[in-house]
Amino acid sequence: MYSVNYHRATSVADAAKKIKSGDAKYLAGGMTLIPAMKTRLAAPSDLVDLNHIADLKGIKVSGKNVTIGAATTHFDVANDEKLKKVCPALSHLASHIGDPAVRHRGTIGGSVANNDPAADYPSALLALGATIVTNKRQIAADKFFKGLFETALKDDEIVTAVTFTAPARSGYAKFPNPASRYAMTGVFVTKGKDGVRAAVTGAGDDGVFRSKEIEAALTRKFEASALEGVTVPSGSLMGDIHATPEYRANLVVVMAKRAVMAANA
Amino acid sequence: MSEVSLVVNGRKVSGAVEDRTLLVHFLREHLGLTGTHVGCDTSQCGACVVHVDGKAMKSCSMLAVQASGSTVTTIEGLANGADLHPVQAAFKEHHGLQCGFCTPGMIMTATDMIRRHPEGLDEATVRAELEGNICRCTGYHNIVKAILAASKTMSKASKSKAKKAA
Repeated sequence: MYSVNYHRATSVADAAKKIKSGDAKYLAGGMTLIPAMKTRLAAPSDLVDLNHIADLKGIKVSGKNVTIGAATTHFDVANDEKLKKVCPALSHLASHIGDPAVRHRGTIGGSVANNDPAADYPSALLALGATIVTNKRQIAADKFFKGLFETALKDDEIVTAVTFTAPARSGYAKFPNPASRYAMTGVFVTKGKDGVRAAVTGAGDDGVFRSKEIEAALTRKFEASALEGVTVPSGSLMGDIHATPEYRANLVVVMAKRAVMAANA
Repeated sequence: MSEVSLVVNGRKVSGAVEDRTLLVHFLREHLGLTGTHVGCDTSQCGACVVHVDGKAMKSCSMLAVQASGSTVTTIEGLANGADLHPVQAAFKEHHGLQCGFCTPGMIMTATDMIRRHPEGLDEATVRAELEGNICRCTGYHNIVKAILAASKTMSKASKSKAKKAA
């Protein structure tokens, strides 16, 4: 790792001030950023640690309205009793990110700000029609995720929370890479008052996306059987050593079926 | 450079470290606590797992300065003098190791796992929870056996303690 200057922020305003020094980056759980710095893929001059800002932590559930603070760990999202009641699919998703030690540190805000094309949370927020709240504005998930590791965030902007209204039904299924355990394809489906949404992670060559083929089929009938014979075009899917675009296209349908079954269980 | 101060295995420690110093290197090189291992260095193998404020974390994936102000327990802090911690004793009894390189991380992960599952553990849960710890010798069988045995011993001990208290 190259040399770096560490700053611990005490509040969101303090963090926004400290980010102005050099080529600084915000540090959330650090489960991606620290390993990236170790391999010198990332080399910020300064780090502004957001982990000690109490305002950024915690989960609030009021009726169907959910607010999750950006510095809330995957472990806390996986184990929050109120959240499990209104949106068990999101808790289930969080309980399968990385491993227990990673879930103790990694945060939802860090994950969405990083927007790894194989991360789990982006698919959930897109399918839930969530809003990403920052220290400057509110951004709809549809407008937030811009591409591989790209978001609508400005350089100095801090994700402070994500909010959404829990849909009547939701489910998530992923096919993890056998070695890295990242999603080779993950599909999050929801059925709420505004209809059906299905978001895919791990498969798109430009990051997370909504599948209109899956959504159309599930709008007709929100059951796995509705996806029989449905195909998803492979043209804009990722191909790598692990799977061809065609293989991923098939996985999208298979994972969508499993996600719907989980949503209806 | 930053001044860090934390409590490690019940002892207050402090020191000046470069900000880029990883927690694992602070433990090993500054404090001489070499029980915590660096295996893969890519946060996958879990040989570096320690408890930070009571929770299992990978000390190769956090900076020492991030841990400043925290309470850290390493493998050296588990035993009570000459008495092995129940998880250590179970690894010995069930031969949950061969070369032993992954063992400190396995034991720290296991104690955290048992703490989070006071209701007891089954084999499937133990195997799933070991996702972040890699052992290249044992095929995990004896490690799983040891964790299941330790979980039983520890739940019995806490029950008899509760009985005595009542």
